[in-house]
Amino acid sequence: MNSEVIVNVCMGTGGIAAGGDQVMVAFVSEFESAGIENATVKEKCRLHKVGCRGFCARDVLVDISVDGNVSTYQYIQEDMVPRLVKDHVLGGRPVKKWLVGEDYHVFHDNQTKIVLADLGKIDPESVDEYIAADGYKAAEKVLTTMRPEDVISSITDSGLRGRGGGGFPTGLKWNFCAANDSDQYYIVCNADEGDPGAFMDRSIIEGNPHAAIEGMIIGAYAIGATVGYIYIRAEYPLAVDRLNKALVDAKARGFLGDKLFGSKFNFTLKVKLGAGAFVCGEETALIASIEGERGMPRAKPPFPANKGLWGKPTIINNVETFANIPPILLKGAQWFASIGSEKSKGTKVIALTGKIRNTGLIEIPMGMPLKDIIYKIGGGIEGDRLFKAVQTGGPSGGCIPQQHIDLPVDYEGLASVGSMMGSGGMVVLDEMDCMVNISKFFLEFTQAESCGKCVPCRLGTKRLLEILTRIVDGEGRKGDIELLQDLAEDVRDSSLCGLGMSAPNPILSTIKYFRHEYEAHINQKKCPAKVCNKLLTFFIREDMCVGCGMCVRACSVSAITGEKKEPHTINNATCIQCGACFDACKFSAVLKE
Amino acid sequence: MDKSQEEKLEAIYQESLTNGDNIITVLQQIQNTFGYVPEESVHWFAKRSDIPSSKFYGVITFYSQFHLAPRGKNIVTVCAGTVCHVKGAPRIISKIQEDLKLKEDQDTTRDKQFTLERVNCVGACSIAPVVLVNNRVLGKVTPTSMVKSLKEYKE
Repeated sequence: MNSEVIVNVCMGTGGIAAGGDQVMVAFVSEFESAGIENATVKEKCRLHKVGCRGFCARDVLVDISVDGNVSTYQYIQEDMVPRLVKDHVLGGRPVKKWLVGEDYHVFHDNQTKIVLADLGKIDPESVDEYIAADGYKAAEKVLTTMRPEDVISSITDSGLRGRGGGGFPTGLKWNFCAANDSDQYYIVCNADEGDPGAFMDRSIIEGNPHAAIEGMIIGAYAIGATVGYIYIRAEYPLAVDRLNKALVDAKARGFLGDKLFGSKFNFTLKVKLGAGAFVCGEETALIASIEGERGMPRAKPPFPANKGLWGKPTIINNVETFANIPPILLKGAQWFASIGSEKSKGTKVIALTGKIRNTGLIEIPMGMPLKDIIYKIGGGIEGDRLFKAVQTGGPSGGCIPQQHIDLPVDYEGLASVGSMMGSGGMVVLDEMDCMVNISKFFLEFTQAESCGKCVPCRLGTKRLLEILTRIVDGEGRKGDIELLQDLAEDVRDSSLCGLGMSAPNPILSTIKYFRHEYEAHINQKKCPAKVCNKLLTFFIREDMCVGCGMCVRACSVSAITGEKKEPHTINNATCIQCGACFDACKFSAVLKE
Repeated sequence: MDKSQEEKLEAIYQESLTNGDNIITVLQQIQNTFGYVPEESVHWFAKRSDIPSSKFYGVITFYSQFHLAPRGKNIVTVCAGTVCHVKGAPRIISKIQEDLKLKEDQDTTRDKQFTLERVNCVGACSIAPVVLVNNRVLGKVTPTSMVKSLKEYKE
């Protein structure tokens, strides 16, 4: 074999779940049996694990590059590997039927990648590959040629705003912190990504952990912090492993530790594992958790920039914010400020999921219309059903309906329709989703995650959930919608921290745009999307039922009767509307109305 | 509490002194060692470190990661994120409860073979609904495929 061959296998959480490990093993054994020896493998043929490139729905994704000609394959499983090696690697003929289609390119071509640029290209466990992709160059430039105040003004000029949800200008925050007179400053990376439906921070750390570390080194130098912490969810085992490895490697290369890049600057970075509490994404709660306490927020001010970890000035930014820092300093603030919309600069990484064709991780310039995200990058709604709404910002955000489909996606745009950017989760909902049920889902979440310190959030979310529960159970009362609105506004206005302040958003936005669904549940006792089981009647279509008896076995209350091989019937007086028969029927004979 | 358990706790205590570990880290170590946080270990540690037991309980009950009761041999974690929810996670949870004969408020089976848990989001939304059995990720799960997967773990 004389050609240079590079094989990339996607090994993010999505890739591994789809069988990435087995595909990797299959490549190794195929290479061995094909007689491509180890030495050759190293020099001429590299097998390579890469992080998530975003299109997880097509995993396992594999790139095979022969002398620089790259072909990308989708849905690869281990049994397909022998043919890939035989035909493509050894024979030079790509296996056409397994290649990605046009939609893969459309998905990628409409994006602008800064933070995700190297994901899917470099091996996240190799510091050398990060260095080869200009890694740690920004840190070197900053520490050897720039003064801390120049770093802060560069970040301020770039217009970068916090990517964790609030959207506070990063440069301003750093400036507030550096302005304190203190013997110790801290820098903290918030990787406690707890929003259901969000995985940008996980993917960045799994796919390019050094980017966040380099951003933190620069931030630490700018504010004068000698100690930093990365607070990461323990539920992300792969990300934690890769982060720990990256820290060891960075230390070994002298990017962490004493006298970095020959300067006088020392910096130590430690990992703290979160113990599972959503509220710890809130800055002051996160600080309490790092200190080993119950993660409960406290009133602000004082802000952490003045009094944070152990009472010292502390900067807290999230993973994506830090990952933006090295490119800004390398390419300049003006370059960054030229991307995005008027008040929101740069790009945003978004986890695009739900009832959409192309689910995955994307990065868009701020201000891209919602329509383009859903129909161009996302490829439209799954199964050509009707678009209903898109939920942004997780449990703190809201639902945006069809009428706002042209909305520019940036901090101001989303806020103008009662939602928020949040950390960047975007869940697309179609006509089969019930908005009252969605709103109840989020309240179940916030109610369970409320830390209990302040009364409006602790009791308010509980009562809101009770009202929503009775509505979906068909026991809604007249006046419940007004009661919900009233209480939601009180909780929003009087809670101590962001969790309580934003918890009512899902309710308020769904009532605003989908009031008729609430009314149907309360007045007609009907669920228009046919989701809320308690409001449905189940019956069996005689012409479809073959009398197999699957539903009889699934029914826990013996409500279904019938002779073998004859159409069955459901006794509605006994039926508890659990939906088990609907799931069990293989002939679509069970209907609900 | 027997001698070997005490030795293990002493080792955790000594390590915490060297590293300056806080309560959360100590509890994470205890849980890693015993699989859960036994009540007597809390009292032992409180006495040894001169920190009131209530402080430990405050932390244990605050974070969902800590467990005061022994858990099953196999941990079945259903993702309860938004996407998994709209793609049918609630139906999978009720199927698991039915299959493992778990009551609504019961997490661990009587024979201690299985523990059912929910997690806010594992961040694998593109293959929703997702279930983790021990640390193996199962994607695009249906109630039927779930029962099949559970069978592999039953003794």
